[in-house]
Amino acid sequence: MATPTVPIAGALRLADYWTIVYKRTWKGGVITSFVTPFFYVVAMGVLLGGYVTADPDRLGGAPSYLAFIAPGMVAAQAMTIAFSETTYPVMGMVKWQRIYYSMIASPLSVGEIVLAQLGFIVLRVAFSCGVFLAVLAPFGVFGSVWGTVLALPVQMLIGLAFATPVFAFAAGLEDESAFALVFRLGMIPLTLFSGTFFPIDNLGPVLEVVARITPLWHGVDLTRMLVLGDVHWGRAAVHVAYLAVLAVVGWRLTVRRLSRRLVK
Amino acid sequence: MISARGLRKSFGQRGKKGQGTEFEAVRGIDVDVQRGVAFGFLGPNGAGKSSTMRMICCVSPVSGGDLRIFGLDPATHGPEIRARIGVCPQEDTLDTELNVWENLYVYGRYFGLPRDVVKGRIDELLDFVQLTDKARAKVDDLSGGMKRRLTIARSLINKPEILILDEPTTGLDPQARHVIWDRLFRLKQQGVTLVLTTHYMDEAEQLADRLVVMDKGVIVAEGSPRELIERYSTREVAEIRFGVGQNEAAAPQVSDLADRVEVLPDRLLLYTEDGERALQEVLGRGLRPETTLVRRATLEDVFLRLTGRTLAD
Repeated sequence: MATPTVPIAGALRLADYWTIVYKRTWKGGVITSFVTPFFYVVAMGVLLGGYVTADPDRLGGAPSYLAFIAPGMVAAQAMTIAFSETTYPVMGMVKWQRIYYSMIASPLSVGEIVLAQLGFIVLRVAFSCGVFLAVLAPFGVFGSVWGTVLALPVQMLIGLAFATPVFAFAAGLEDESAFALVFRLGMIPLTLFSGTFFPIDNLGPVLEVVARITPLWHGVDLTRMLVLGDVHWGRAAVHVAYLAVLAVVGWRLTVRRLSRRLVK
Repeated sequence: MISARGLRKSFGQRGKKGQGTEFEAVRGIDVDVQRGVAFGFLGPNGAGKSSTMRMICCVSPVSGGDLRIFGLDPATHGPEIRARIGVCPQEDTLDTELNVWENLYVYGRYFGLPRDVVKGRIDELLDFVQLTDKARAKVDDLSGGMKRRLTIARSLINKPEILILDEPTTGLDPQARHVIWDRLFRLKQQGVTLVLTTHYMDEAEQLADRLVVMDKGVIVAEGSPRELIERYSTREVAEIRFGVGQNEAAAPQVSDLADRVEVLPDRLLLYTEDGERALQEVLGRGLRPETTLVRRATLEDVFLRLTGRTLAD
Protein backbone atom coordinates (compact mmCIF):
# COMPACT_ATOMS: atom_id res chain seq x y z
CA MET A 1 0.00 0.00 0.00
CA ALA A 2 1.35 3.39 -0.94
CA THR A 3 1.87 5.52 2.17
CA PRO A 4 2.28 9.25 1.61
CA THR A 5 5.55 10.52 3.06
CA VAL A 6 3.84 13.31 5.00
CA PRO A 7 0.52 11.88 6.16
CA ILE A 8 -0.61 14.99 8.02
CA ALA A 9 -3.73 15.73 5.95
CA GLY A 10 -4.99 12.20 6.48
CA ALA A 11 -4.16 12.27 10.18
CA LEU A 12 -6.19 15.45 10.57
CA ARG A 13 -9.23 13.56 9.27
CA LEU A 14 -8.94 11.50 12.44
CA ALA A 15 -8.97 14.57 14.68
CA ASP A 16 -12.73 14.37 15.18
CA TYR A 17 -12.50 10.72 16.18
CA TRP A 18 -9.86 11.45 18.83
CA THR A 19 -11.72 14.52 20.02
CA ILE A 20 -14.80 12.42 20.66
CA VAL A 21 -12.71 9.75 22.40
CA TYR A 22 -11.12 12.44 24.56
CA LYS A 23 -14.46 14.00 25.48
CA ARG A 24 -15.60 10.56 26.54
CA THR A 25 -12.53 9.70 28.60
CA TRP A 26 -11.06 12.92 29.99
CA LYS A 27 -12.86 12.70 33.33
CA GLY A 28 -11.39 9.28 34.06
CA GLY A 29 -8.08 10.59 32.77
CA VAL A 30 -8.05 13.34 35.36
CA ILE A 31 -8.09 10.75 38.12
CA THR A 32 -5.36 8.52 36.72
CA SER A 33 -3.15 11.21 35.26
CA PHE A 34 -3.42 13.89 37.88
CA VAL A 35 -4.97 12.90 41.21
CA THR A 36 -2.81 9.78 41.64
CA PRO A 37 0.55 11.50 41.03
CA PHE A 38 -0.59 14.38 43.19
CA PHE A 39 -1.09 11.93 46.06
CA TYR A 40 2.41 10.64 45.43
CA VAL A 41 3.86 14.12 45.61
CA VAL A 42 2.10 14.84 48.89
CA ALA A 43 2.98 11.47 50.43
CA MET A 44 6.53 11.02 49.16
CA GLY A 45 7.59 14.60 48.63
CA VAL A 46 5.93 16.52 51.43
CA LEU A 47 5.25 14.01 54.20
CA LEU A 48 8.04 11.46 53.71
CA GLY A 49 10.36 14.10 52.28
CA GLY A 50 10.02 16.04 55.55
CA TYR A 51 12.31 13.43 57.11
CA VAL A 52 14.87 13.68 54.31
CA THR A 53 17.64 16.16 54.79
CA ALA A 54 20.31 16.06 52.13
CA ASP A 55 22.97 18.26 50.73
CA PRO A 56 21.53 20.08 47.68
CA ASP A 57 24.65 19.03 45.77
CA ARG A 58 23.67 15.40 46.25
CA LEU A 59 20.16 16.24 44.92
CA GLY A 60 21.22 17.69 41.59
CA GLY A 61 21.01 21.21 43.01
CA ALA A 62 17.46 20.84 44.34
CA PRO A 63 16.91 22.90 47.53
CA SER A 64 14.68 20.23 49.08
CA TYR A 65 13.73 16.61 48.59
CA LEU A 66 10.31 17.74 47.34
CA ALA A 67 11.98 19.95 44.74
CA PHE A 68 14.11 16.95 43.75
CA ILE A 69 11.29 14.50 43.15
CA ALA A 70 8.72 16.95 41.69
CA PRO A 71 10.30 17.08 38.18
CA GLY A 72 10.97 13.33 38.37
CA MET A 73 7.30 12.70 39.10
CA VAL A 74 6.27 14.85 36.15
CA ALA A 75 8.56 12.95 33.77
CA ALA A 76 7.37 9.60 35.17
CA GLN A 77 3.83 10.83 34.62
CA ALA A 78 4.55 11.50 30.93
CA MET A 79 5.86 7.94 30.65
CA THR A 80 2.90 6.43 32.49
CA ILE A 81 0.40 8.05 30.13
CA ALA A 82 2.38 6.82 27.14
CA PHE A 83 2.30 3.25 28.49
CA SER A 84 -1.37 3.33 29.35
CA GLU A 85 -2.39 4.77 25.97
CA THR A 86 -0.38 2.32 23.87
CA THR A 87 -1.10 -0.99 25.59
CA TYR A 88 -4.74 -1.93 26.23
CA PRO A 89 -6.22 0.75 23.94
CA VAL A 90 -4.08 -0.49 21.02
CA MET A 91 -5.05 -4.09 21.70
CA GLY A 92 -8.69 -3.00 21.80
CA MET A 93 -8.45 -1.29 18.45
CA VAL A 94 -6.69 -4.27 16.85
CA LYS A 95 -8.63 -7.10 18.39
CA TRP A 96 -11.64 -6.31 20.54
CA GLN A 97 -13.42 -3.48 18.78
CA ARG A 98 -11.38 -3.80 15.58
CA ILE A 99 -11.55 -0.07 14.99
CA TYR A 100 -8.34 -0.06 12.98
CA TYR A 101 -10.06 -2.29 10.45
CA SER A 102 -12.82 0.24 9.97
CA MET A 103 -10.17 2.95 9.55
CA ILE A 104 -8.19 1.12 6.88
CA ALA A 105 -11.40 0.42 4.95
CA SER A 106 -11.48 4.17 4.32
CA PRO A 107 -8.83 5.95 2.25
CA LEU A 108 -6.66 6.35 5.38
CA SER A 109 -3.29 4.63 5.46
CA VAL A 110 -1.66 2.94 8.43
CA GLY A 111 0.93 5.75 8.59
CA GLU A 112 -1.86 8.32 8.94
CA ILE A 113 -3.64 6.26 11.58
CA VAL A 114 -0.45 5.94 13.64
CA LEU A 115 0.38 9.64 13.28
CA ALA A 116 -3.08 10.67 14.47
CA GLN A 117 -3.00 8.36 17.46
CA LEU A 118 0.49 9.51 18.49
CA GLY A 119 -0.67 13.09 18.10
CA PHE A 120 -3.55 12.37 20.45
CA ILE A 121 -1.23 10.73 22.99
CA VAL A 122 1.26 13.60 22.89
CA LEU A 123 -1.51 16.16 23.41
CA ARG A 124 -2.87 14.14 26.28
CA VAL A 125 0.61 14.06 27.85
CA ALA A 126 0.88 17.83 27.36
CA PHE A 127 -2.47 18.44 29.02
CA SER A 128 -1.85 16.17 32.00
CA CYS A 129 1.72 17.25 32.59
CA GLY A 130 0.77 20.89 32.07
CA VAL A 131 -1.84 20.64 34.82
CA PHE A 132 0.62 18.73 37.00
CA LEU A 133 3.30 21.41 36.59
CA ALA A 134 0.76 24.14 37.35
CA VAL A 135 -0.34 22.39 40.54
CA LEU A 136 3.25 21.86 41.68
CA ALA A 137 4.22 25.52 41.12
CA PRO A 138 2.65 26.83 44.39
CA PHE A 139 4.84 24.38 46.34
CA GLY A 140 7.77 26.58 45.33
CA VAL A 141 9.70 23.70 43.79
CA PHE A 142 10.60 25.34 40.47
CA GLY A 143 13.69 27.50 40.23
CA SER A 144 13.20 28.76 36.68
CA VAL A 145 9.98 29.94 35.04
CA TRP A 146 11.35 29.59 31.53
CA GLY A 147 12.81 26.23 32.32
CA THR A 148 9.45 25.06 33.64
CA VAL A 149 7.71 26.30 30.49
CA LEU A 150 10.31 24.49 28.36
CA ALA A 151 9.75 21.37 30.43
CA LEU A 152 6.31 20.97 28.87
CA PRO A 153 7.48 20.21 25.30
CA VAL A 154 10.11 17.98 26.90
CA GLN A 155 7.29 15.97 28.53
CA MET A 156 5.72 15.60 25.08
CA LEU A 157 9.01 14.25 23.78
CA ILE A 158 9.29 11.84 26.72
CA GLY A 159 5.72 10.70 26.08
CA LEU A 160 6.49 10.11 22.41
CA ALA A 161 9.74 8.29 23.16
CA PHE A 162 7.84 5.78 25.29
CA ALA A 163 4.64 5.69 23.25
CA THR A 164 6.20 4.61 19.96
CA PRO A 165 8.18 1.54 21.11
CA VAL A 166 5.33 0.31 23.33
CA PHE A 167 2.84 0.92 20.50
CA ALA A 168 5.07 -1.08 18.15
CA PHE A 169 5.25 -3.89 20.70
CA ALA A 170 1.49 -3.91 21.33
CA ALA A 171 0.61 -3.80 17.61
CA GLY A 172 2.07 -7.25 17.02
CA LEU A 173 0.78 -9.04 20.11
CA GLU A 174 -1.82 -11.78 19.85
CA ASP A 175 -3.30 -11.10 23.28
CA GLU A 176 -2.96 -8.76 26.23
CA SER A 177 -1.29 -11.13 28.70
CA ALA A 178 2.15 -9.55 28.15
CA PHE A 179 0.95 -6.13 29.29
CA ALA A 180 0.94 -7.08 32.97
CA LEU A 181 4.64 -7.88 32.64
CA VAL A 182 5.28 -4.68 30.72
CA PHE A 183 3.85 -2.70 33.61
CA ARG A 184 5.38 -4.72 36.45
CA LEU A 185 8.82 -5.38 34.98
CA GLY A 186 9.04 -2.34 32.73
CA MET A 187 7.17 0.72 33.83
CA ILE A 188 7.22 0.36 37.61
CA PRO A 189 10.99 -0.38 37.91
CA LEU A 190 11.65 2.52 35.55
CA THR A 191 9.58 4.81 37.77
CA LEU A 192 11.37 3.63 40.91
CA PHE A 193 14.99 3.39 39.76
CA SER A 194 15.51 6.02 37.06
CA GLY A 195 16.43 8.91 39.30
CA THR A 196 12.87 9.91 40.11
CA PHE A 197 13.03 9.38 43.88
CA PHE A 198 16.77 9.32 44.55
CA PRO A 199 19.99 10.19 42.71
CA ILE A 200 21.05 7.24 40.58
CA ASP A 201 24.58 7.20 42.00
CA ASN A 202 22.95 5.74 45.13
CA LEU A 203 22.50 2.57 43.06
CA GLY A 204 26.19 1.75 43.05
CA PRO A 205 28.55 1.91 40.06
CA VAL A 206 27.08 -1.00 38.05
CA LEU A 207 23.39 -0.28 38.44
CA GLU A 208 24.04 3.40 37.93
CA VAL A 209 25.24 2.62 34.41
CA VAL A 210 22.09 0.59 33.81
CA ALA A 211 19.96 3.47 35.06
CA ARG A 212 21.79 5.88 32.76
CA ILE A 213 20.78 3.78 29.76
CA THR A 214 17.08 3.87 30.61
CA PRO A 215 15.11 6.45 28.67
CA LEU A 216 13.28 7.65 31.75
CA TRP A 217 16.52 8.77 33.40
CA HIS A 218 17.24 10.96 30.36
CA GLY A 219 13.77 12.43 30.67
CA VAL A 220 13.99 12.91 34.43
CA ASP A 221 17.43 14.51 34.34
CA LEU A 222 16.45 16.83 31.50
CA THR A 223 13.24 17.89 33.23
CA ARG A 224 15.04 18.43 36.53
CA MET A 225 17.77 20.58 34.97
CA LEU A 226 15.16 22.72 33.27
CA VAL A 227 12.81 23.35 36.17
CA LEU A 228 15.68 23.96 38.63
CA GLY A 229 17.25 26.40 36.18
CA ASP A 230 20.59 24.60 36.22
CA VAL A 231 20.99 23.41 32.65
CA HIS A 232 24.14 21.68 31.36
CA TRP A 233 23.53 22.15 27.67
CA GLY A 234 25.75 19.33 26.44
CA ARG A 235 24.02 16.83 28.70
CA ALA A 236 20.63 18.26 27.74
CA ALA A 237 21.44 17.81 24.04
CA VAL A 238 22.35 14.16 24.65
CA HIS A 239 19.06 13.62 26.47
CA VAL A 240 17.01 15.19 23.68
CA ALA A 241 18.88 13.25 21.01
CA TYR A 242 18.44 9.95 22.89
CA LEU A 243 14.69 10.47 23.34
CA ALA A 244 14.24 11.67 19.75
CA VAL A 245 16.04 8.64 18.31
CA LEU A 246 13.91 6.32 20.44
CA ALA A 247 10.75 8.08 19.28
CA VAL A 248 11.69 7.88 15.60
CA VAL A 249 12.81 4.25 15.68
CA GLY A 250 9.69 3.26 17.62
CA TRP A 251 7.51 5.18 15.19
CA ARG A 252 8.88 3.40 12.15
CA LEU A 253 8.53 0.06 13.89
CA THR A 254 4.95 0.87 14.84
CA VAL A 255 3.92 1.62 11.25
CA ARG A 256 5.67 -1.53 10.05
CA ARG A 257 4.21 -3.84 12.66
CA LEU A 258 0.70 -2.41 12.48
CA SER A 259 0.75 -2.64 8.67
CA ARG A 260 1.79 -6.26 8.89
CA ARG A 261 -1.05 -6.88 11.32
CA LEU A 262 -3.81 -5.13 9.40
CA VAL A 263 -2.84 -5.45 5.75
CA LYS A 264 -2.26 -9.08 4.92
CA MET B 1 -16.23 -1.95 -12.25
CA ILE B 2 -14.23 -4.92 -11.01
CA SER B 3 -12.10 -7.14 -13.19
CA ALA B 4 -9.91 -9.98 -11.98
CA ARG B 5 -7.73 -12.25 -14.11
CA GLY B 6 -5.99 -15.23 -12.62
CA LEU B 7 -6.29 -13.60 -9.20
CA ARG B 8 -4.38 -15.37 -6.45
CA LYS B 9 -3.92 -14.95 -2.73
CA SER B 10 -1.52 -16.95 -0.67
CA PHE B 11 -0.47 -16.62 2.93
CA GLY B 12 2.95 -17.55 4.16
CA GLN B 13 2.74 -19.66 7.28
CA ARG B 14 5.86 -19.88 9.36
CA GLY B 15 6.47 -23.40 10.55
CA LYS B 16 7.72 -24.13 14.05
CA LYS B 17 11.26 -24.81 12.91
CA GLY B 18 11.35 -21.77 10.68
CA GLN B 19 10.53 -23.42 7.38
CA GLY B 20 7.74 -21.55 5.61
CA THR B 21 4.73 -23.18 4.05
CA GLU B 22 2.35 -21.44 1.68
CA PHE B 23 -1.40 -21.63 1.98
CA GLU B 24 -3.28 -20.63 -1.16
CA ALA B 25 -6.67 -19.20 -0.28
CA VAL B 26 -7.50 -18.00 -3.81
CA ARG B 27 -6.06 -20.01 -6.67
CA GLY B 28 -6.52 -18.09 -9.89
CA ILE B 29 -10.01 -16.70 -10.41
CA ASP B 30 -11.49 -14.61 -13.22
CA VAL B 31 -14.29 -12.25 -12.24
CA ASP B 32 -16.05 -9.38 -14.01
CA VAL B 33 -18.54 -7.22 -12.18
CA GLN B 34 -20.50 -4.76 -14.31
CA ARG B 35 -21.88 -1.46 -13.05
CA GLY B 36 -25.27 -1.66 -11.35
CA VAL B 37 -25.46 -5.42 -10.87
CA ALA B 38 -25.65 -7.31 -7.62
CA PHE B 39 -22.88 -9.84 -7.73
CA GLY B 40 -22.69 -12.71 -5.28
CA PHE B 41 -19.79 -14.87 -4.15
CA LEU B 42 -21.07 -18.18 -2.80
CA GLY B 43 -19.08 -20.90 -1.18
CA PRO B 44 -18.55 -22.89 1.97
CA ASN B 45 -16.29 -21.63 4.73
CA GLY B 46 -12.70 -21.53 3.57
CA ALA B 47 -13.62 -21.24 -0.11
CA GLY B 48 -11.65 -18.01 -0.50
CA LYS B 49 -14.57 -15.58 -0.57
CA SER B 50 -13.38 -13.32 2.22
CA SER B 51 -9.81 -13.28 0.92
CA THR B 52 -11.18 -12.18 -2.45
CA MET B 53 -13.27 -9.48 -0.78
CA ARG B 54 -10.27 -8.18 1.15
CA MET B 55 -8.25 -7.86 -2.04
CA ILE B 56 -11.12 -5.98 -3.70
CA CYS B 57 -11.29 -3.69 -0.65
CA CYS B 58 -7.57 -2.93 -1.14
CA VAL B 59 -6.64 -4.05 2.37
CA SER B 60 -4.88 -7.22 1.26
CA PRO B 61 -2.10 -7.24 -1.34
CA VAL B 62 -2.70 -9.36 -4.45
CA SER B 63 -0.36 -12.38 -4.52
CA GLY B 64 -0.71 -13.10 -8.22
CA GLY B 65 -2.72 -12.33 -11.34
CA ASP B 66 -4.33 -9.02 -12.10
CA LEU B 67 -7.00 -7.03 -10.28
CA ARG B 68 -8.55 -3.77 -11.42
CA ILE B 69 -11.22 -1.79 -9.63
CA PHE B 70 -12.62 1.19 -11.57
CA GLY B 71 -9.74 0.33 -13.93
CA LEU B 72 -7.25 1.14 -11.16
CA ASP B 73 -4.62 -1.09 -9.59
CA PRO B 74 -5.12 -1.59 -5.82
CA ALA B 75 -1.36 -1.76 -5.30
CA THR B 76 -0.85 1.80 -6.49
CA HIS B 77 -4.26 3.43 -6.07
CA GLY B 78 -5.54 1.90 -2.83
CA PRO B 79 -6.71 5.15 -1.19
CA GLU B 80 -8.41 6.37 -4.39
CA ILE B 81 -10.27 3.09 -4.78
CA ARG B 82 -11.23 2.90 -1.11
CA ALA B 83 -12.65 6.42 -1.35
CA ARG B 84 -15.18 5.14 -3.91
CA ILE B 85 -16.24 1.88 -2.27
CA GLY B 86 -18.27 1.10 0.83
CA VAL B 87 -17.41 -1.85 3.03
CA CYS B 88 -19.75 -3.72 5.32
CA PRO B 89 -17.46 -6.25 7.01
CA GLN B 90 -18.47 -9.65 8.30
CA GLU B 91 -17.66 -8.75 11.90
CA ASP B 92 -18.92 -5.42 13.12
CA THR B 93 -16.14 -2.88 13.57
CA LEU B 94 -18.33 -0.27 15.23
CA ASP B 95 -16.97 1.73 18.15
CA THR B 96 -19.22 0.40 20.89
CA GLU B 97 -18.44 3.25 23.23
CA LEU B 98 -19.55 5.90 20.76
CA ASN B 99 -23.20 6.48 20.01
CA VAL B 100 -24.87 5.78 16.67
CA TRP B 101 -24.52 9.32 15.36
CA GLU B 102 -20.87 9.59 16.40
CA ASN B 103 -19.99 6.32 14.69
CA LEU B 104 -21.32 7.68 11.41
CA TYR B 105 -19.77 11.09 11.93
CA VAL B 106 -16.20 9.95 12.59
CA TYR B 107 -16.40 7.51 9.71
CA GLY B 108 -17.48 10.21 7.30
CA ARG B 109 -14.56 12.29 8.48
CA TYR B 110 -12.14 9.44 7.70
CA PHE B 111 -13.08 10.02 4.07
CA GLY B 112 -12.20 13.68 4.36
CA LEU B 113 -15.80 14.76 3.80
CA PRO B 114 -16.60 18.26 5.11
CA ARG B 115 -18.36 18.28 8.49
CA ASP B 116 -21.59 19.82 7.11
CA VAL B 117 -21.78 17.24 4.35
CA VAL B 118 -21.33 14.40 6.83
CA LYS B 119 -23.99 15.77 9.15
CA GLY B 120 -26.49 16.04 6.30
CA ARG B 121 -25.79 12.52 5.12
CA ILE B 122 -26.14 11.09 8.63
CA ASP B 123 -29.75 12.28 8.79
CA GLU B 124 -30.52 10.73 5.40
CA LEU B 125 -28.79 7.46 6.21
CA LEU B 126 -30.37 7.04 9.64
CA ASP B 127 -33.72 7.50 7.96
CA PHE B 128 -32.78 5.01 5.26
CA VAL B 129 -31.84 2.28 7.76
CA GLN B 130 -34.68 3.20 10.15
CA LEU B 131 -32.47 4.22 13.05
CA THR B 132 -33.40 7.91 13.32
CA ASP B 133 -34.79 7.53 16.83
CA LYS B 134 -31.64 5.67 17.90
CA ALA B 135 -29.24 8.43 16.85
CA ARG B 136 -28.05 9.09 20.41
CA ALA B 137 -28.15 5.47 21.56
CA LYS B 138 -24.96 3.70 22.53
CA VAL B 139 -23.97 1.04 20.03
CA ASP B 140 -23.73 -1.49 22.86
CA ASP B 141 -27.46 -1.12 23.45
CA LEU B 142 -28.46 -1.94 19.86
CA SER B 143 -29.74 -5.34 18.73
CA GLY B 144 -27.74 -7.38 16.23
CA GLY B 145 -30.01 -6.29 13.39
CA MET B 146 -29.70 -2.63 14.33
CA LYS B 147 -25.91 -2.88 14.48
CA ARG B 148 -25.88 -4.44 11.04
CA ARG B 149 -28.11 -1.64 9.69
CA LEU B 150 -25.80 0.90 11.29
CA THR B 151 -22.80 -0.76 9.65
CA ILE B 152 -24.60 -0.60 6.30
CA ALA B 153 -25.43 3.07 6.88
CA ARG B 154 -21.79 3.70 7.75
CA SER B 155 -20.60 1.98 4.58
CA LEU B 156 -22.80 4.37 2.56
CA ILE B 157 -21.46 7.59 4.08
CA ASN B 158 -19.14 8.26 1.11
CA LYS B 159 -21.89 7.53 -1.46
CA PRO B 160 -19.94 4.53 -2.76
CA GLU B 161 -20.18 3.31 -6.33
CA ILE B 162 -19.57 -0.24 -5.14
CA LEU B 163 -20.91 -1.58 -1.87
CA ILE B 164 -19.12 -4.66 -0.58
CA LEU B 165 -21.00 -6.82 1.90
CA ASP B 166 -19.34 -9.79 3.56
CA GLU B 167 -22.04 -12.10 4.95
CA PRO B 168 -24.49 -9.23 5.46
CA THR B 169 -27.17 -11.14 7.37
CA THR B 170 -25.25 -13.85 9.20
CA GLY B 171 -26.54 -14.23 12.72
CA LEU B 172 -29.69 -12.16 12.25
CA ASP B 173 -33.28 -13.25 12.82
CA PRO B 174 -35.63 -13.57 9.82
CA GLN B 175 -37.32 -10.19 10.37
CA ALA B 176 -33.99 -8.40 10.52
CA ARG B 177 -32.78 -10.21 7.42
CA HIS B 178 -35.80 -9.13 5.43
CA VAL B 179 -35.35 -5.50 6.43
CA ILE B 180 -31.75 -5.64 5.25
CA TRP B 181 -32.65 -7.33 1.97
CA ASP B 182 -35.24 -4.64 1.37
CA ARG B 183 -32.69 -1.87 1.95
CA LEU B 184 -30.08 -3.54 -0.24
CA PHE B 185 -32.65 -3.98 -2.98
CA ARG B 186 -33.42 -0.27 -2.85
CA LEU B 187 -29.72 0.54 -3.12
CA LYS B 188 -29.49 -1.66 -6.18
CA GLN B 189 -32.39 0.22 -7.71
CA GLN B 190 -30.52 3.45 -7.06
CA GLY B 191 -27.71 2.07 -9.22
CA VAL B 192 -25.24 1.02 -6.54
CA THR B 193 -23.19 -1.99 -7.55
CA LEU B 194 -23.45 -4.63 -4.84
CA VAL B 195 -20.83 -7.27 -4.25
CA LEU B 196 -21.75 -9.72 -1.54
CA THR B 197 -20.58 -12.97 -0.09
CA THR B 198 -23.00 -15.30 1.54
CA HIS B 199 -23.54 -18.89 2.39
CA TYR B 200 -27.28 -18.39 2.55
CA MET B 201 -28.75 -19.58 -0.72
CA ASP B 202 -32.03 -17.75 -0.20
CA GLU B 203 -30.05 -14.55 0.24
CA ALA B 204 -28.21 -15.14 -3.03
CA GLU B 205 -31.48 -15.88 -4.84
CA GLN B 206 -33.08 -12.76 -3.38
CA LEU B 207 -30.29 -10.33 -4.09
CA ALA B 208 -27.82 -11.51 -6.70
CA ASP B 209 -28.23 -10.97 -10.45
CA ARG B 210 -25.07 -12.89 -11.10
CA LEU B 211 -23.05 -15.13 -8.92
CA VAL B 212 -20.02 -17.33 -8.76
CA VAL B 213 -19.74 -20.42 -6.65
CA MET B 214 -16.29 -20.77 -5.11
CA ASP B 215 -14.82 -23.90 -3.61
CA LYS B 216 -11.26 -24.44 -2.37
CA GLY B 217 -10.04 -21.20 -3.90
CA VAL B 218 -11.41 -21.63 -7.41
CA ILE B 219 -14.64 -20.74 -9.17
CA VAL B 220 -16.66 -23.87 -9.88
CA ALA B 221 -19.70 -22.24 -11.51
CA GLU B 222 -20.87 -18.87 -12.68
CA GLY B 223 -24.17 -17.42 -13.89
CA SER B 224 -27.51 -16.04 -12.77
CA PRO B 225 -29.33 -17.99 -10.04
CA ARG B 226 -31.81 -19.30 -12.62
CA GLU B 227 -29.09 -20.32 -15.07
CA LEU B 228 -27.25 -22.19 -12.38
CA ILE B 229 -30.35 -24.09 -11.34
CA GLU B 230 -31.06 -24.99 -14.95
CA ARG B 231 -27.51 -26.07 -15.59
CA TYR B 232 -26.76 -28.00 -12.42
CA SER B 233 -30.15 -29.17 -11.24
CA THR B 234 -33.54 -30.20 -12.53
CA ARG B 235 -36.67 -28.12 -12.31
CA GLU B 236 -38.10 -29.99 -9.34
CA VAL B 237 -36.99 -32.22 -6.53
CA ALA B 238 -39.07 -34.96 -4.91
CA GLU B 239 -37.94 -35.72 -1.38
CA ILE B 240 -39.01 -39.08 -0.02
CA ARG B 241 -38.26 -40.38 3.43
CA PHE B 242 -38.28 -43.99 4.41
CA GLY B 243 -37.36 -44.99 7.94
CA VAL B 244 -33.82 -44.55 9.15
CA GLY B 245 -31.54 -47.09 7.48
CA GLN B 246 -34.06 -47.97 4.77
CA ASN B 247 -33.35 -45.13 2.38
CA GLU B 248 -30.26 -46.71 0.91
CA ALA B 249 -32.06 -49.98 0.30
CA ALA B 250 -34.91 -48.23 -1.50
CA ALA B 251 -32.62 -46.21 -3.78
CA PRO B 252 -32.10 -48.85 -6.53
CA GLN B 253 -35.85 -49.28 -6.88
CA VAL B 254 -36.37 -45.61 -7.79
CA SER B 255 -33.14 -44.81 -9.58
CA ASP B 256 -34.74 -44.97 -13.04
CA LEU B 257 -37.53 -42.54 -12.08
CA ALA B 258 -35.39 -39.40 -11.97
CA ASP B 259 -32.48 -37.76 -13.79
CA ARG B 260 -30.44 -38.23 -10.65
CA VAL B 261 -31.07 -39.73 -7.24
CA GLU B 262 -29.15 -38.65 -4.19
CA VAL B 263 -29.12 -40.80 -1.08
CA LEU B 264 -28.96 -38.98 2.22
CA PRO B 265 -29.04 -40.65 5.62
CA ASP B 266 -32.58 -39.45 6.27
CA ARG B 267 -34.13 -39.24 2.79
CA LEU B 268 -33.82 -39.73 -0.97
CA LEU B 269 -33.74 -36.78 -3.34
CA LEU B 270 -35.14 -37.41 -6.82
CA TYR B 271 -34.05 -34.71 -9.27
CA THR B 272 -36.63 -34.55 -12.02
CA GLU B 273 -38.56 -32.21 -14.31
CA ASP B 274 -41.90 -33.36 -12.84
CA GLY B 275 -41.78 -34.17 -9.16
CA GLU B 276 -45.42 -35.16 -8.78
CA ARG B 277 -45.22 -37.72 -11.55
CA ALA B 278 -42.05 -39.22 -10.10
CA LEU B 279 -43.77 -39.48 -6.75
CA GLN B 280 -46.82 -41.22 -8.26
CA GLU B 281 -44.54 -43.74 -9.92
CA VAL B 282 -42.75 -44.40 -6.64
CA LEU B 283 -46.11 -45.11 -4.98
CA GLY B 284 -47.19 -47.13 -8.04
CA ARG B 285 -44.30 -49.51 -7.39
CA GLY B 286 -45.73 -50.35 -4.01
CA LEU B 287 -43.14 -48.34 -2.05
CA ARG B 288 -44.56 -46.67 1.06
CA PRO B 289 -42.38 -43.73 2.22
CA GLU B 290 -43.14 -42.16 5.61
CA THR B 291 -43.28 -38.64 4.24
CA THR B 292 -42.92 -37.03 0.83
CA LEU B 293 -42.36 -33.51 -0.47
CA VAL B 294 -42.24 -32.10 -3.96
CA ARG B 295 -40.54 -28.73 -4.36
CA ARG B 296 -38.84 -26.50 -6.91
CA ALA B 297 -35.10 -26.93 -7.16
CA THR B 298 -33.21 -24.15 -5.38
CA LEU B 299 -29.76 -22.73 -5.44
CA GLU B 300 -29.05 -24.84 -2.40
CA ASP B 301 -29.34 -27.97 -4.52
CA VAL B 302 -26.86 -26.48 -6.96
CA PHE B 303 -24.57 -25.42 -4.18
CA LEU B 304 -24.51 -28.78 -2.45
CA ARG B 305 -24.00 -30.58 -5.75
CA LEU B 306 -21.03 -28.37 -6.61
CA THR B 307 -19.35 -28.13 -3.24
CA GLY B 308 -20.34 -31.44 -1.70
CA ARG B 309 -22.08 -32.32 1.48
CA THR B 310 -19.10 -32.96 3.70
CA LEU B 311 -18.45 -30.32 6.32
CA ALA B 312 -15.99 -27.65 5.22
CA ASP B 313 -14.42 -27.34 8.62
